[in-house]
Amino acid sequence: MIHRPALPTAVAGTALLLASASVQAHLATTGLGPVYDGVAHLFVSFEDLLPALAMALLAGLNGPVAGRLALFMLPLAWFGGGLAGFHGVANGWPAGITSVSLLLLGVLVAADRRLRPPVVAALAAALGLVHGDLNGAALAAAGGEVSGLAGIAAAVFVLVALGSALVLMLHLRWARHVVRVAGSWVAAVALLLLGWTLSGRI
Amino acid sequence: MLLPPPVWAHTQPGSVAGFLAGLLHPVSGLDHVLAMVAVGLWGAQLGAPAMWLLPVTFPLVMAFGGFLGLLGVPLPGVELGIAASAVLLGAMVATESRPPLWLAALLVAFFAIFHGHAHGTELPPGQSGLLYSAGFVVATGTLHAIGIVIGLVHRFRIGRIVLQAAGAVVTLAGVIFLWRAL
Repeated sequence: MIHRPALPTAVAGTALLLASASVQAHLATTGLGPVYDGVAHLFVSFEDLLPALAMALLAGLNGPVAGRLALFMLPLAWFGGGLAGFHGVANGWPAGITSVSLLLLGVLVAADRRLRPPVVAALAAALGLVHGDLNGAALAAAGGEVSGLAGIAAAVFVLVALGSALVLMLHLRWARHVVRVAGSWVAAVALLLLGWTLSGRI
Repeated sequence: MLLPPPVWAHTQPGSVAGFLAGLLHPVSGLDHVLAMVAVGLWGAQLGAPAMWLLPVTFPLVMAFGGFLGLLGVPLPGVELGIAASAVLLGAMVATESRPPLWLAALLVAFFAIFHGHAHGTELPPGQSGLLYSAGFVVATGTLHAIGIVIGLVHRFRIGRIVLQAAGAVVTLAGVIFLWRAL
């Protein structure tokens, strides 16, 4: 039974709960803290997962040296870009920048042209900076903690390590073709996404 | 608490629905399904490297067709193009044609534009464009893969006959689509 003095408080509290605004938090909340939220972020956000996966495929196709460079360059750049975005240093990327980067990666995987390791590293750095910056800005806007970026970078590291190692292990010719087909799918998705973005329909 | 507002924890609203819509969209039209499977069948008949080149070419050029559609670039005779794709691709399988690789890729790419323009731009309202596109591309690629797997019977004598008959069926269906589109 509610005591009389507590009744107005209960009514006001219920009204506040019912009228609470929508929450558009950037990071999924795992309940395990911001670092794990960051880890979960990569695997529930397709727009970040797909380019990281494409980069892993590209790195694997270009051999162990390129794979090792991308393995460290991508998470570091992602984290660095994230810090810049979190503190509002960068931002202001043109619309469709993520689609264009994804398209480039997809085409490179589909073409399976041998790239020099420094080129792969530069691509990884550019990709990491752009996506990290966008993540950092979104994290800051949602009031998240900067340590979430460490979780994202760690998840990127694991993804690139597993993805590129898997591709490096493929010695059968047809298996390599399967990776190329996957690259064409990535490029196709990116091209459609670019269309959606430029048409202003998403 | 009893009437919780929507909480969009990171993932965009409509993500799963968008992926499923994209995944189901190509399967919803028999014209699209037959043409996709025919690409796989033809690739299997031609063998490597066409077996890989055609499924790489089609999604890319199909997405380009979708890109044009999204930007509002008109493409005349889209339905005719889709119907004609079933007719010609089916005929290629039925006659076991072996044109040069570049010509096979060009033929497939030409028809892919029509399929992308017609089907790639139909995002249901409120759903994720990225995941719709992913579902659409995955479904198309899976149809190619199904065609390739079926086409592996080509190594057997009876299998070659079955494939040619399947090509004839696709052509016949294409003629019906063409008749309706005219």
